[in-house]
Amino acid sequence: MSKYLVRRLLILIPVLAGISLVLFTILALAPGDPFEELATNPNVPPEVRANLRTQFGLDDPIPVRYVRWFTSMMKGDWGFSFVSRVDVATLILQRLPTTLLVVGSAQLLGLLIALPIGVYSACRPYSLVDQIATTLAFIGFSLPSFFTGLLFILLFSIYLDWLPFIYRADISGTGLPWLWAHVKQAIMPVGVLALLQGASMTRFMRSAVLDVIRLDYVNTARAKGLAERIIIVKHVVRNALIPVVTLIALQIPGIFAGALITEQIFRVPGIGSLLISSILANDTPVIMAITFVFSCLVVVFNLVADLVYGWLDPRISYR
Amino acid sequence: MAGSIPASRTASSAPEARAAGAASAASRTGDSLRAETWRRFRRHQLAIVGAIALAVMVLAVLAGPFVYRVPIDQIDFKAKLKSPSWAHPLGTDDLGQDVLARMLYGGRITLAVGVAAMLIAISLGTAVGAVSGYMGGTVDHALMRVTDLFLSLPGLPLLLLIIYLFRDSLKKVLGPEIGTFALIVVVIGGLRWMPVARLVRAQFLSLREKEFVEAARGLGAPPLRQIVRHILPNSVGPVIVAGTLDVAAAIIAESSLSFLGLGFPPDIPTWGRILFDAKDNLDFAPHWAIFPGTAIFLAVLSINYIGDGLRDALDPRKVL
Repeated sequence: MSKYLVRRLLILIPVLAGISLVLFTILALAPGDPFEELATNPNVPPEVRANLRTQFGLDDPIPVRYVRWFTSMMKGDWGFSFVSRVDVATLILQRLPTTLLVVGSAQLLGLLIALPIGVYSACRPYSLVDQIATTLAFIGFSLPSFFTGLLFILLFSIYLDWLPFIYRADISGTGLPWLWAHVKQAIMPVGVLALLQGASMTRFMRSAVLDVIRLDYVNTARAKGLAERIIIVKHVVRNALIPVVTLIALQIPGIFAGALITEQIFRVPGIGSLLISSILANDTPVIMAITFVFSCLVVVFNLVADLVYGWLDPRISYR
Repeated sequence: MAGSIPASRTASSAPEARAAGAASAASRTGDSLRAETWRRFRRHQLAIVGAIALAVMVLAVLAGPFVYRVPIDQIDFKAKLKSPSWAHPLGTDDLGQDVLARMLYGGRITLAVGVAAMLIAISLGTAVGAVSGYMGGTVDHALMRVTDLFLSLPGLPLLLLIIYLFRDSLKKVLGPEIGTFALIVVVIGGLRWMPVARLVRAQFLSLREKEFVEAARGLGAPPLRQIVRHILPNSVGPVIVAGTLDVAAAIIAESSLSFLGLGFPPDIPTWGRILFDAKDNLDFAPHWAIFPGTAIFLAVLSINYIGDGLRDALDPRKVL
């Protein structure tokens, strides 16, 4: 297993280099110049501007600039925000835990909903419960997250007045009331994401279990007198999860897209809403860094999926 | 294959019986494959419902503005934020503009973005997949690494980054409408070709070794002709399904962008853009958000059901 982990970690390096190359190419191709304002300002003499350009290395050839940019990215030197004059890394580290908490709990909740429903549907295909579940799953993953979010706000905040629709990081108080306030404000953002994730996972789970449940080894398990529960949990689900993990891994970029939108709707102070506000404020260093962080998150979660894969199917990690 | 088709439930009706009878001799002529697909597609009732719903929507946005002649930008502060009424069937927004008229107009853009982005995604994906699968070797390896790289890029953040960096200069060159449209379509399509490339590559890998391709090769068909005339038509099924689902994904992507306020400008009221404008007035004008949101949802749901039906209809292994 550790050899497998090391191999997976080594694969990360070219992937991250490739992603950074794509990001840097986009930035380098983009029109506009960080010193544009200085060029139009008559108070700044051209020599000063030229000096600044050399100082920041803007006149160097593009490969040199890329290598320098990549090494400083890796060292954690991400520059300063144009707007808030804060270190970009500090800014992102403040926001990152919130995003991870929301995405993580949504994923967990989605899995908790999808697993039993998917398995139950597949065990009784075309039954009434299955048909209801399949239809709901179809609706769930066709509902765009921004619309679900608005519907949730309309129902739970405006008509029922149960939940706050603005997420606050600075809730005062201690103990249980404080915890409850946090849980309460997280219900809707997490719920929106969990609905989206749970719906597609239910579909994956159902079809994966349907593929497995007719195989001979399941019949064997039944023939030797195992309890149905053990057959399902130990024999069917474990094998059905292997393709499901692949599909979930392929969906990871989608999860972060959904997180970005939910953060924006509920004003969750995560990196997604930071990205939007930075775009509106033309804060290029922060935008680049957040896009890079999102890429890293996708890659890291893919790594986690690979490890789960190796755990579910030991044949993969021994290869 | 004909032998594995069970008698259909409505086999007693005359055309159906003829179709079932013809099915055994059918698989040779070109037309019958389409008829067979249509017969299988019709079995999926929800796909039919989806197709009808989508057709109604397309018809509404195409013909609607000619029938319903209320201007989209007529500002009327006396009628602002009104609930649906006879004068304004879907209510009005905060400037007193008619929501129905805006939705009919904006729906054109929303659906056009979906279709155009899908076309870009499947052309790019088919090209990459075809080259990769036909050439094999180093080219295949390199192209598949690129595909994997693109698959691990975070779609929406990257979309936002590209639009942020290129928006203004493209607007200057092409004008605000066409510039935004071209940018959004190209970027959405350019970030969604990977699944198609993989599907096409997999099809090519198996098809290029088949006897009929070998025969074409033996008769001296150049590679381009082998690909275009012989392999590609046989690998089109999964591409059609993926393309259908891509339309839905592209509609969601465009609506997300517009919903974040970074897509189309306010004078081009795509459904996502209307939602963006409506979201701060949810408490006193919920209709303003509910109608465009439902339109996006229904379009995506119908397209997904159509894709589901097509998947059943085009998968020859699936017995219906």
